[in-house]
Amino acid sequence: MNTMNPTVTSETGAGVVEDKVAPVKEERPAEAELEEGVTVGTPYSDDPKFKLRNVEVFYGESRAIKNISLDIARNEVIAFIGPSGCGKSTFLRCLNRMNDSIDICKVKGSLQLDDNDIYDPSRDVVELRARVGMVFQKPNPFPKSIYDNVAYGPRIHGLANRKSDLDDIVENSLRKAGLWNEVKDRLDATATGMSGGQQQRLCIARTIAVSPEVVLMDEPCSALDPIATAKVEELIAELSESYTIVIVTHSMQQAARVSHRTAYFHLGHLVEVNETNKVFTSPEHNMTESYITGRFG
Amino acid sequence: MQTANLLPLVLVIAVVAYALAYTRSRSVAEPLGGIRNLKALPFYYAARAALWCAIPALILLGAWAAFEGKVIQNMVVSSLPAEVAPQSPGEASLIVSQISNVAEGKLDPTRVPEAVLGAADLLQNLRAESSNFKTTLVILIAVLGSAFAWTRVQPHINARENVERTLRWLFFACAAVAILTTVGIVLSVIFETVRFFGKVPITEFLFGTSWSPQTALRADQVGSDGAFGMIPLFTGTLLISAIALLVAVPVGLMSAIYLSEYASKRGRAIIKPLLEMLAGVPTVVYGFFAALTVAPFIAGVADMIGLNASVQSALAAGLVMGVMIIPFVSSLSDDVINAVPQNLRDGSLALGATQAETMKNVIFPAALPGIMGGIMLAASRAIGETMIVVMAAGLAANLTANPLDSVTTVTVQIVTLLTGDQEFDSAKTLAAFALGMMLFIVTLILNIIALHVVRKYREQYD
Repeated sequence: MNTMNPTVTSETGAGVVEDKVAPVKEERPAEAELEEGVTVGTPYSDDPKFKLRNVEVFYGESRAIKNISLDIARNEVIAFIGPSGCGKSTFLRCLNRMNDSIDICKVKGSLQLDDNDIYDPSRDVVELRARVGMVFQKPNPFPKSIYDNVAYGPRIHGLANRKSDLDDIVENSLRKAGLWNEVKDRLDATATGMSGGQQQRLCIARTIAVSPEVVLMDEPCSALDPIATAKVEELIAELSESYTIVIVTHSMQQAARVSHRTAYFHLGHLVEVNETNKVFTSPEHNMTESYITGRFG
Repeated sequence: MQTANLLPLVLVIAVVAYALAYTRSRSVAEPLGGIRNLKALPFYYAARAALWCAIPALILLGAWAAFEGKVIQNMVVSSLPAEVAPQSPGEASLIVSQISNVAEGKLDPTRVPEAVLGAADLLQNLRAESSNFKTTLVILIAVLGSAFAWTRVQPHINARENVERTLRWLFFACAAVAILTTVGIVLSVIFETVRFFGKVPITEFLFGTSWSPQTALRADQVGSDGAFGMIPLFTGTLLISAIALLVAVPVGLMSAIYLSEYASKRGRAIIKPLLEMLAGVPTVVYGFFAALTVAPFIAGVADMIGLNASVQSALAAGLVMGVMIIPFVSSLSDDVINAVPQNLRDGSLALGATQAETMKNVIFPAALPGIMGGIMLAASRAIGETMIVVMAAGLAANLTANPLDSVTTVTVQIVTLLTGDQEFDSAKTLAAFALGMMLFIVTLILNIIALHVVRKYREQYD
């Protein structure tokens, strides 16, 4: 799995402190242990798709993301893990500006996609979101037919000139999402009548129908049963060949199964970023270790 | 005792019953080791006692109030000696009012026949007796109900079920009141309508194009033959309602979209109540606004561009009515648009749709049933609106589609037919019921159409 991820360097983050911290015995490490803006491991990349520096997110007065710097490499699958409320979803939603719809949310720092500032006021959000697609925690198909769900994005962006082109896009997207054989005979049926797992794969098909470069996934399997989860994970593995994927997950097994790199968040800090194998076998930071061994979280 | 005094008395007895049953349930529970050994909480025993006390007593009270007058009246009339006994219903009502006026001291007793005086005495006696009897009976039933409930405060009897069942019937009764009222209105209208069609042929009413509801008082009167064609009235109604909806639906819908999707929280909190205030302005105020400001303005503008406008015009009434019903559309639509789950919005926005595209393609279809409900409510308001039309659109029953003409509507004609001194069996007054019936049928059909539209185009979420 790691061979597919050649671009991540082992260069450590700016100001990374001690590799080894004296083992801590307490159950729940205090925030005081975390030094702001300090990330252990390999947060940077030679060929970044996203270049994120000193990112801070505020909800009104409270600071949800505290000075995080991270590169997301081209065509890698990176998993964000961490306890609830640690800011991983918030951080994810910065990447396609889905936080814009929340009035009190303010984002600071430099966030670049292919060296272009995401939060540039003159930036076209529509174009950004067409390039950075998103799959949500709860499957949210539109209450339209299966066909119309997948065709929604292409129609908005004018990707098909003829009906036959649109048909092709829909079929290809559904095939990529592994859903074609299940639904090809009932493309006109409403999407809300499908099972949860099918709905989520439909949402993935809908997202990739726009041919994005990046797919953000916010706990895509948390509402699914194990079999549906397995299917979605399989799908992620296939998609990782052509897309950059950022996945937020609560399941460490899932992170271990699907991702190349894993980022551990805690209380708005980015504690550690490392190759997934390393995070789950020999984490550098003691808090990462505590989390993955289930001592808290 | 008067009903007005009896009512609070029953409530007091109910409260006492509540308190007694509550105490008793506690004391019953004591030796058993606390209230958890009762089948129901003390509150339920107490509530049951109050309900069993109040409900039968109140039903009796209501029934008494409903039938007392009629029964006493019949007894008095039948007691009259044969020479003054009424021969016709008209005479009967005359003599009854005479009797009761004497009994109440409004009429000089020396100026009525002997028999009426006797009847007045009888009436007074019967009323007093009835009042005493009623008081005793109601109090007795209330006390008996409480006493029965009190004896039933036993640990193995589940008062909660009794209370639940009673409440269910109570709720059902309240729902039934609304339905029965509607049924009653429809039935009364139907009977009068049938009588009307006995005087005026139904085909003339349905297809006649001229409306001039005069009926002759004398056979040789000039211009005595009325015309009862409803077509001009319904075209007038539809014309004005259509103008009103043309104003209210786009404006209301777009303001709803602004409120729910674009306005800040604070802006919404200010704008929405302000918009809703439009619905609270009395229609008569809209009426003089339409008649004194809008109508002359429209006539002036039409004059300027060389059109001939009447001083009272359908356009003036329709425009003002449209403003009045904006909140029906906007407020309801805003609520249903807000009720569409946020994750559908997110899904659309994340695909790169703009807010307007999201609105049009996702939110609107999902919110359609509620929006249609708002529009239908606005339409019913427009069709039923009377005051603005009387003041701004006139009374002339013109058959026209020109919004600059003066027209009249069904409701306005119903008002003019039924106000003033009327004989209640002439074709003129009965026509009002026929118009009401048709109005009812038309709005019913509109509702059915709307229901079908919704069923066809809505996109149901969750």
